[in-house]
Amino acid sequence: MLRSLISILLLGASCLTVASEVNIYSARNEQLIKPLLDQFTQETGIKVNLVTGKADALLSRLQSEGDLSPADLLITTDAGRLHRAKEAGVLQSIDSPVLEAKIPAHYQDTDNQWFGLSLRARPIFYNKETVKPEQLSTYEALAGSEFKGEICIRSSENIYNQSLVASMIAADGKESALDFAKGLVKNFAQPPKGGDRDQISAVANGVCDIAIANTYYFGGMTQSKNTAEKAATEKVAIFWPNQEGRGVHVNISGAGVIKTAKNKDNAIKLLEFLVNSDSQAWYANVNFEYPVVEGVKANETLLSWGTFKADTINLSRLGELNRQAVEIMDKAGWR
Amino acid sequence: MKATPRWLHRMPWHLWPLLLIVAVLLTPIVSVLSSFFQGPAPSWPHLVDTVLWEYTLNSIYLVLGVGFGVLVLGVSSAWFVARYEFFGRRQFEWLLLLPLSMPAYIIAYTYTGILDFSGPVQSFIRKTFSVGYGDYYFPEIRSIGGAIVMMSLVLYPYVYLLARTSFKNQSQSLADAGKTLGLSPLQSFCRIALPIARPAIIAGTILALMETLADYGTVQYFGVNVFSTGIFRTWFGLDDALAARQLASVLLMMVFALLLLEKLARSKASYSLPSGSMSSKRRSLKPVYACVVSLCCGLLFLFGFLLPFTQLLYWSLFESTKGFDQEYWHLLSNSLKLAGITSLLTVLLALLLSYSQRLWPSKLFNGAVFTAGLGYAIPGTIIAVGVMAPFSWLDHSIHDFFEKHSEISTGLIFSGTLFILIFAYIVRFLAVALGNIKSGLLNIHQSIDDAAKSLGLTPWQSIVRIHLPLLRPSLISAALLVFVDTLKELPATLVLRPFNFNTLAVKSFELANDEQLANAAPSVITIVLIGLIPVILLNFYMQRSQN
Repeated sequence: MLRSLISILLLGASCLTVASEVNIYSARNEQLIKPLLDQFTQETGIKVNLVTGKADALLSRLQSEGDLSPADLLITTDAGRLHRAKEAGVLQSIDSPVLEAKIPAHYQDTDNQWFGLSLRARPIFYNKETVKPEQLSTYEALAGSEFKGEICIRSSENIYNQSLVASMIAADGKESALDFAKGLVKNFAQPPKGGDRDQISAVANGVCDIAIANTYYFGGMTQSKNTAEKAATEKVAIFWPNQEGRGVHVNISGAGVIKTAKNKDNAIKLLEFLVNSDSQAWYANVNFEYPVVEGVKANETLLSWGTFKADTINLSRLGELNRQAVEIMDKAGWR
Repeated sequence: MKATPRWLHRMPWHLWPLLLIVAVLLTPIVSVLSSFFQGPAPSWPHLVDTVLWEYTLNSIYLVLGVGFGVLVLGVSSAWFVARYEFFGRRQFEWLLLLPLSMPAYIIAYTYTGILDFSGPVQSFIRKTFSVGYGDYYFPEIRSIGGAIVMMSLVLYPYVYLLARTSFKNQSQSLADAGKTLGLSPLQSFCRIALPIARPAIIAGTILALMETLADYGTVQYFGVNVFSTGIFRTWFGLDDALAARQLASVLLMMVFALLLLEKLARSKASYSLPSGSMSSKRRSLKPVYACVVSLCCGLLFLFGFLLPFTQLLYWSLFESTKGFDQEYWHLLSNSLKLAGITSLLTVLLALLLSYSQRLWPSKLFNGAVFTAGLGYAIPGTIIAVGVMAPFSWLDHSIHDFFEKHSEISTGLIFSGTLFILIFAYIVRFLAVALGNIKSGLLNIHQSIDDAAKSLGLTPWQSIVRIHLPLLRPSLISAALLVFVDTLKELPATLVLRPFNFNTLAVKSFELANDEQLANAAPSVITIVLIGLIPVILLNFYMQRSQN
């Protein structure tokens, strides 16, 4: 009697999971993913449920929910966090010939637990009036004394700066990464504050001559309705550093399927949808990110910035080295 | 037979169920504090060598600066509004509350937009005097000084609201006695009004300081490294969750020290006064002084509300590509529901707790309630993670039980629904309600309780017929503060909300986080506008009860 009563009571709850759906925890902001998800629902009839938040907090939530977690897919905006999710054991390896064929090996996990979906490049920005591109060469060179008081970059709290320093540790070791960080801090025009857009504006307004920032913020500024911000982009140009060596530092936004996913097939379907050429072009057209799949027709704005050679380090390494990178930046006094 | 311990013996049985509720509320705080007993975290040597000193000093500067700021702004404005007649007083009475609806990180964003080197003010200076960046002095808004100013501007209403109520309720006979004794207005303020209002003022200041310590958005945007940013940097950057919790415990210790200091200071004197006498009359000021006071209040309102509000309005109307579309109604209704339910539950709970403390004083219970109030000083994300663990455990237990007996999957009943979010809000904001209600209760003299008792009223009757009507202003201001705080709350909402559930704060954060300030403006302005409704209602009610 009691058993049947409970069954009736709980039927409602279990009914909810019958419909075809996929549940996402996303560190990518809603406005930068929802349109694609809506498109996916339209094409496949699979309903997408979304929670957005900060990657680390979502990871804590996944860990605490354990095997009862409703989540099927974790989306983050950097490889380090995906690596951390893998280390925490909340992801699973998946077997998809489509993803395997389309995504270059260094933009996916070695055990196929996560996959890059779009690329975010972090080049050098310079003021066209005060700096000649010939003066620039590599990230490392920015630590030289000739750039004293000329550099703007945001706080070391930012994951993209942490990943940049991690990529330097991977390339040349801890000592030279520390030398770079110390030299760069000496060259700061002002204590780090604000976001990437602020650094680019600072270059345009003569606070400093050189900044390191992600390209999609620059892209967003060129489309801004704020006239000051838009005008700033005309005074600033992009320089692609380290072209003779390892290439420009890039990070990814990517995703991994949750270990306990109840809608694993739908989650894989969604991942495959996100690397088709329309979705890949969408990333570029809406948020000025580079496609992760080669051969996708590039966006005009992106083309106008020129082509570049990207660092091909496997991004898992950045996750592994993240802690060391933060320690180095603390030691260098990079706030 | 072993004798029961004295504290146990003394605690009346009514308190046990309440103590259980408090114990549940305490779990996130206990989980933070328990990190102390897990040995030193691996990152400590690194932290001590590099950044810990900076975190500590900056946090202390920030607390001292904001403390000074809210005291000066809050007490002086409350004093003049409550006791003097000047041009615009009736309007300022509620206008000065409006900054309360402005989240600190939002005012930080807007002032940066206005005062930054690329903003209109400095661009104007450069154009007019044809100078370049660095050729002229201009205070840097994104600095620790800037953070102090920003937080003082939005947090002073806590002090203002509580102090104003207290100044208004002070009996006229006291002011008259002061006058008879030959005290000047300033002396009368310092020696009579201020000491009487001290519990209220301190309660307001402590709320403001707790919020300062828990703030993450403002300091992070300004690049000021304090404990709250350090906690996240240690957790996310160094991947050391234990060190992060231990840092949070240190933060809690600071608050503990603050609260203890206040308690020590208060224990020296009893403040409740016989009521029934006439409350103070407003005095008129000399025209010159009246003008100065009007001007100062006007400036406070201008900088705390009008200027940032105008900037937001400008962004919403001219630079945002987002409109007030259908999605907004949805966000609006979600935000309103959450804030309404939370403020109701929190105030009820706070009332229950502070009443029990009054009726049945017990050291154990007092200590537990005191600790539960610390949640206000903990950054929302830490609270969120702290509440996840116990409810996830509960959900798993229920799930396992049902699976065994009926093969049915119950899923996450508590931690996967709004329940956990509202619970987290209560943990976070209980202190706000407690502070208000307790200072209200202090103003009800014990003799009233005694009179009620001697007239044969049961405790319950005396609550309904005597205390509640007297407490009404405190209850309303408690509900208002919790409502507005919930509306603005971001970190816990972000982590704990269920699928496809967004609020205005979440929406505005997502856009601001993407460095699209202008697009965030419509959501932010909606938060501010909703926050205004209870502020205006409260004021309407207060004025009516006076007339």
